[in-house]
Amino acid sequence: MEIIVSVIQRAILQGTPLLFGATGEILTEKSGNLNLGIPGIMYIGAISGVVGGFFYQNSAARVQPVPAILIPLLCCLAGSLLTSLLYCFLTVTLKANQNVTGLAITTFGVGVGNFFGGSLIKIVKSDVPYLALVKIAKAYKTTLPFAKDMGPIGQLFFSYGFLVYLAVILAVAVSLFLSRSRAGLYLRAVGENPATADAAGINVTRYKYLATCIGGMIAGLGGLFYIMDYSNGIWSNNGFGDRGWLAIAIVIFATWKPTMAILGSYLFGALYILFNYLNVPMRLLPLIQMLPYLVTIIVLVAVSIRKKRENQPPASLGLSYFREER
Amino acid sequence: MNALELRNVTKRFGEKVIANDHVSLTVRRGEILAVLGENGSGKTTLMNMIAGIYHPDEGDIFVNGQPVTISSPRDAFRCGIGMVHQHFKLVDVFTATENIVLGVEDGKPYRLKEATRRVEEISARYGFEIDAKKKIYAMSVSEKQTVEIVKVLYRGAEILILDEPTAVLTPQETEKLFAVLRRMREDGKSIIIITHKLNEVLSLSDRVTVLHKGKNAGTVNTAETNEAQLTEMMVGQKVVLNIERKTPEDPTDRLIVREVSCLSRDGVQLLDRVTFTARAGEILGIAGIAGSGQRELLEAIAGLQPVTEGQILYEDPKSGETENLRDKTPLQIRELGVRLSFVPEDRLGMGLVSNMDIIDNMMLRSYRRGRSAFLDRQPPRELAERIIEDLGVVTPNATTPVRRLSGGNVQKVLVGREIASAPTVLMAAYPVRGLDINSSYLIYHLLNQQKEKGVAVIYVGEDLDVLLALCDRVIVLSGGRVTGTVDGRTATKEEVGLLMTKTEREGESHVKAE
Repeated sequence: MEIIVSVIQRAILQGTPLLFGATGEILTEKSGNLNLGIPGIMYIGAISGVVGGFFYQNSAARVQPVPAILIPLLCCLAGSLLTSLLYCFLTVTLKANQNVTGLAITTFGVGVGNFFGGSLIKIVKSDVPYLALVKIAKAYKTTLPFAKDMGPIGQLFFSYGFLVYLAVILAVAVSLFLSRSRAGLYLRAVGENPATADAAGINVTRYKYLATCIGGMIAGLGGLFYIMDYSNGIWSNNGFGDRGWLAIAIVIFATWKPTMAILGSYLFGALYILFNYLNVPMRLLPLIQMLPYLVTIIVLVAVSIRKKRENQPPASLGLSYFREER
Repeated sequence: MNALELRNVTKRFGEKVIANDHVSLTVRRGEILAVLGENGSGKTTLMNMIAGIYHPDEGDIFVNGQPVTISSPRDAFRCGIGMVHQHFKLVDVFTATENIVLGVEDGKPYRLKEATRRVEEISARYGFEIDAKKKIYAMSVSEKQTVEIVKVLYRGAEILILDEPTAVLTPQETEKLFAVLRRMREDGKSIIIITHKLNEVLSLSDRVTVLHKGKNAGTVNTAETNEAQLTEMMVGQKVVLNIERKTPEDPTDRLIVREVSCLSRDGVQLLDRVTFTARAGEILGIAGIAGSGQRELLEAIAGLQPVTEGQILYEDPKSGETENLRDKTPLQIRELGVRLSFVPEDRLGMGLVSNMDIIDNMMLRSYRRGRSAFLDRQPPRELAERIIEDLGVVTPNATTPVRRLSGGNVQKVLVGREIASAPTVLMAAYPVRGLDINSSYLIYHLLNQQKEKGVAVIYVGEDLDVLLALCDRVIVLSGGRVTGTVDGRTATKEEVGLLMTKTEREGESHVKAE
């Protein structure tokens, strides 16, 4: 029993950054923008939060919980927003190739993260190659006070920081937005057939910018969560790893449905930490870590075989929209 | 009062092309106006200006007597104008209702149920058969068209423009559509229908406006006109062309197409029992409204389009044997000497690779030759240089990518390459499209040369004057059927124009064209 609770708990913690990333990417892709810069944006979200938190922690006499949460959060949103804007400017306004731009943004984002992370580590003259924002992390990890008294139920459902719940709420909200709202319908039209949307009087450029930027900010929160909650406020270069790519894999796994992404993220989270519970020799570890990607490939194959139109990516995904002119 | 009035509307594309030249027309309330004209006569451009896709360079538009400026489809909707385009603008994975409400800002909260109810209400009122919850990708072409029309009505349009609505419909579906349109007319809506089909014009419309080369060639009451008069207005005065045409010397049958039919992927009949013979030493013209099956016919001969029935017999002049091309691959057909030089809408689409240079494009036809693992670039280089020299291709050199050449030069390269292989059958589709006069004459000259060499030339063209001046015989396609065969020397444009808009097969009608 204890093991099951612990597996689920860790899967949820491991899955939450992925869920932020996947939700953000789904919103983005629904506008027809294939943003492969998401891993980079998550890095930038993380380092922006770390920089904000670092300066607050160093300057404040006593770390108050509210600013300790808000300052890194706003810095994270600002950083992800700026990077997303850069992506939009290149792909929507200048109509650059989305794949190339996305990959460049990822390389750029990882570099920016490591550069500023490394600089901060130098500033504090740390002996170890990481930076600890323990006081900030404590604010992020605040749980509901009664969680401890509720046994396994409390551990399963109430033992997390607020970002875990926010991730789920955002996924459900994006899902409702896409399926139930007028703007959601318009956004899907833009991603499916921008020429039709344009003819119907929908501002294609605006929808692409908004969806990509908001999606990028949501994804950035995944990076913030990883540092402030999952890693207890400890930044180390390249610590975030390849979680950004996993988030993109989840988008395919979830067939562009945010509610499915919740399931997918926790499943991938579980697969990610599975090796801790299996007694496998170290040298077989990469095989276990491969599982999430293997699952994604299987889902891709299954979806392609079934050919259900609703499970396909948005029809104009990855394509720039040129207005027909004569 | 007129629901819509255009006064002296002019639209130019670039410096030279005048799509519409001071066109005026009126549409009354509760009437169906047919707009008739050949390809390129400016019908669609004119309608696009009313629908807000283009903006007129000159002239005024009045709706219900009030001058209006229409600069976007939204403006058009505000004026109560809606257009159903030939190419549907629908999102495939959406339901009918979702497509219909797309972009409608009526200030009401977003409720699909409410919208579905309204869609069903409109459908019931005019007699549409539509399942509002069906996804577009599961719909037939006629269902999609219905969605487009309902979309326009949902937005409260009083003036509907339909761009060739029957082009994609079966006769039964066309009848249903016409019944709906008549009901709309009774309801006081104004309808403009663009079409080539004379019988539809006569059976449906109240008045007809004919466009010819961008100008209004006249408006007549349908009740007071007939097919002959409309055809005459549509094709205009005969233009004398100075194309040398020799009498074919001893033509022998080279390609016999017998009862060939083929279907599109959606099961639409593209070719319907087409029969004709192409003779060596003769230019056979194929006339028809765009999309009447010309492309499919040529592709069927070249082995690119699967044929469902019929035979394509080829009399091989070398061996003297008769071969059925239906059983052969495109490569085998090409090796026999049947060459297709197809110039599609986007010139580079078929035949040439735009990023490759002229030499490499020559090699697309010869790369299989030779035994070495490496390519021998010398023969194609010589060929490229010979074509540049002989046909006067304007290019810095043979290593210039073809995308940098002008349209005329691209076409010369394409035609030159196909001719260079000494074909026995040469098919050229729209080889002069977009070319200036001199380049066009050069191409005509090349085709004539091939004819004199004893090649069976098949020429698909749009300009009736050219077809009748260049070709020895002309077959006319309409809706995938051969509606007539005429002699290029004696036939008149009116005769061909009439056949182009006819719906019966050759021999079924009592009007004999031969």
